[in-house]
Amino acid sequence: MANQIALRRPVLDGLSVQRQWVSVKPAAPASRIALRAPAESLSQLSASLSLTLPSKVRASATSGTRTALCLGPDEWLIIDADGVDIAGEMAGVEAFYSAVDVSHRNVGIIVAGEGAQAAISAGCPQDLALREFPVRACCRTILGKSEIVLQRTGDQEFRVECWRSFADYVFTFLQEASRDPLI
Amino acid sequence: MLLIRCPYCEKDLPEVEFRHAGEAHLVRPSNITEMSDAEFEGYFFIRQNPKGIVFERWRHVHGCGRFFNAARDSVSDKFLTTYKAGEPKPVLGDRE
Ligand SMILES: [Zn+2]
Repeated sequence: MANQIALRRPVLDGLSVQRQWVSVKPAAPASRIALRAPAESLSQLSASLSLTLPSKVRASATSGTRTALCLGPDEWLIIDADGVDIAGEMAGVEAFYSAVDVSHRNVGIIVAGEGAQAAISAGCPQDLALREFPVRACCRTILGKSEIVLQRTGDQEFRVECWRSFADYVFTFLQEASRDPLI
Repeated sequence: MLLIRCPYCEKDLPEVEFRHAGEAHLVRPSNITEMSDAEFEGYFFIRQNPKGIVFERWRHVHGCGRFFNAARDSVSDKFLTTYKAGEPKPVLGDRE
């Protein structure tokens, strides 16, 4: 603590919504890396991360506390517990890649419960039915007027990631949507 | 809402995730410094904008982020096909 030069204040600190069908809660602070890499680099990167990077867009993989979301043909968002030095683990990889620490750019929100899918569908135009968007599916998409990254973490649980400056809007949107989800 | 097939996501996705990005298959001349103003104008500003089948660039901006090409009917707005950037113009043949 002696070396701490700035205090991080989570933007959604203390906010939490619990309704009959849906709960909306801020996710714990996390380490995040925006990773770009060509196909040839994937095996080396996967080995250094101890996690096989999914090569199919909209797929995700989890190992322990670490999750890799494939958002584009050469793009991944890697999320791990707060304080984990993900980029440091990849430092020895000689294959070509780009890793940018976006830990504090994003905010995670967990939407759970029987009405979770309906609450997100209030602002997301994609078909989120289980057969179209199964557990572990993920994508970059839209919620209301904001861009989000969405991951289905369970039959009735989603992780919504948005940029920090949009967090107030996204949380409020989900809060309102959870009032009366159309199940 | 239109559904547009992203050839990288391999899925029909809502149009609000996409942005139109102009005419497709324009080739940037390699001798721009030697071109006349009229030739440069032709490359830089003049577009076909036909009524009927158009070949366009689109970007899956709120998705995988990729640019790709689409053949679309500018009368009905119907997408006939989409294909990855760099691929040749598709033969549309007996598509309706
Ligand atoms: Zn896409």
